Amino acid sequence: MTGYILRRGGQSLLAFVFLLVLVFFLARMTGDPTNLFLPMDAPMDQRIAFAERHGFNAPMYVQFGRYIYDVLHFDFGQSIFQGRPAMDAALNAFPVTLKLALVTMFLAMFFSILIGSLSAFRPGGMFDRIASMVTITGASAPDFWVAIVAILVFSVSLGLLPTSGMGSVWHWILPVGVLLIRPLGLMTQVVRASMIGALASSYVKTARAKGASNRRIIFLHALRNSLLTVVTVAGDQAAALVNGAVVVETVFGWPGIGNLMISAIKQRDFAVVQACILLTAFAIFVMNILIDFAYTRIDPRVRTT
Amino acid sequence: MKARGMFKLLLQDKLALAAAIYMVFICLVALVGPELLGKAAVSINLRARNAHPFHIESGWLYVLGSDSLGRSILARIIVASRNTIGIAAGSLLASMLVGGCVGIVAGLSRGALEQIIMRAMDIIMSFPSLLMALIVLYVLGPDPINIIIVLAITRLPVYVRTARAEALEIRQRAFVSAARVMGAGRMHLAIRHIAPLVLPTLLVIGALDFAYLMLAESALSFLGMGVQPPAITWGLMVAEGRSYLNVAWWLAFWPGLAIMITALCANLLAGWFRIANDPALRASLKTKAVVNA
Repeated sequence: MTGYILRRGGQSLLAFVFLLVLVFFLARMTGDPTNLFLPMDAPMDQRIAFAERHGFNAPMYVQFGRYIYDVLHFDFGQSIFQGRPAMDAALNAFPVTLKLALVTMFLAMFFSILIGSLSAFRPGGMFDRIASMVTITGASAPDFWVAIVAILVFSVSLGLLPTSGMGSVWHWILPVGVLLIRPLGLMTQVVRASMIGALASSYVKTARAKGASNRRIIFLHALRNSLLTVVTVAGDQAAALVNGAVVVETVFGWPGIGNLMISAIKQRDFAVVQACILLTAFAIFVMNILIDFAYTRIDPRVRTT
Repeated sequence: MKARGMFKLLLQDKLALAAAIYMVFICLVALVGPELLGKAAVSINLRARNAHPFHIESGWLYVLGSDSLGRSILARIIVASRNTIGIAAGSLLASMLVGGCVGIVAGLSRGALEQIIMRAMDIIMSFPSLLMALIVLYVLGPDPINIIIVLAITRLPVYVRTARAEALEIRQRAFVSAARVMGAGRMHLAIRHIAPLVLPTLLVIGALDFAYLMLAESALSFLGMGVQPPAITWGLMVAEGRSYLNVAWWLAFWPGLAIMITALCANLLAGWFRIANDPALRASLKTKAVVNA
């Protein structure tokens, strides 16, 4: 088991290090990184001073060494527009995104298990067909547009929910609802498929022969096995969830890391963009390790290898 | 399976047939639309400013309303379809082609090269594709070619993994061993014997990926890191319409609906295509059983 964890952890770490290097070289590939860090209309003397201060004139390996040194010291440079370290801005926004993602993931797991199990119980039945039509439509809907239409209907026309910002519980409904669509559809399909497999297995037949009720069979016997697939897919979905969070935070004006990154991109504040990317990569790295760990706990087959 | 047999199967499934007809239609629109309506999409008509949809006093082009400059939304949607569909199709082809080749190479070579390729794919998979695309486009500049390349890279792992897995399985088969015994070189094996068998699987995944890529491109456009104005895509139209949400809902609504309908049809067709390509599942199409398995 430790071997498994170490190997998987090493892989995730490799991915993180690769991203660090990629960000560095991407910024240097354009020729002059000052263009990235400073606004387009920055005067020439300011550019020269900036390049000098950050050592952009030094040889590449010196720059790279300095970059790694800074990263190890959690120094990601100053945000030009916020007048504070870029990492502070990113760390400030991070909990918002994390909360949003966790709440969404929890709901997605709950509902996908519920809907997927009920669909699997009678494949091709009324409930199954409606559910699969809804999930395929959900998978085809652009999330930013759904968010806008939701604002239009629930906030502008009906006046039921706030348009943007965060605070009360009401502020959570639309963003979480929109963010939920993608993972819910996918996870429901996965649960459905694995439940169909589980319901055809011999232990379910045994349980049925012993006179167990349908509810007991679905939610006690078959569900345990599909839990495993849900955890696996939930892990894969975490990265996709960040994609959704960027869009949702932008539309609903949530002060999360996605919103921060998009506004930093629009202001051409590269230090903040870099800090956001690296922080997100680090968070995903940590989460991958946690999921692998959870996996070894749930699946005894992984534990023994 | 033969193309004619496929077509016959398609005629039997109404939903898939409708989706196929729509996809052909929208591709035609993307092909010829901009030539026909290019002028109408940019012509400013201040008298028809912010025209409400479903009123055609100013002509049928205004059936979906107009924006604050009086430009017809319908014409703009038609013109934007070329960029939206073109970028999605371009990145789909690029990732399928490159991914397929790299995957086959990985599957046939084994050893260190395979390890390097697969670990690189793991790295791409483990990071949010939208963030990766955003930062690359921020640095390199958002022109259509860069967008196609970046989107293709984010989808590459899917094809590489599939092609490798298929190639690994196919190379064990007797006819490949026979070809090898007869002196077929690696290149010949890969192109003549492995690739034709890997292709159908890749096409099935590619069909499912089209909608995904279109949604990804739209999200990039919406966030301002896709195609830049004055060029238009559906995602960009939604972004532009967003500021007028209170006064003119139709600006953002119609282009988004176009994205959704196209993605939905692509997904429905892809789902059907997957089943039709699977000999084990194909029977279910004929008996009109579960389509969305």
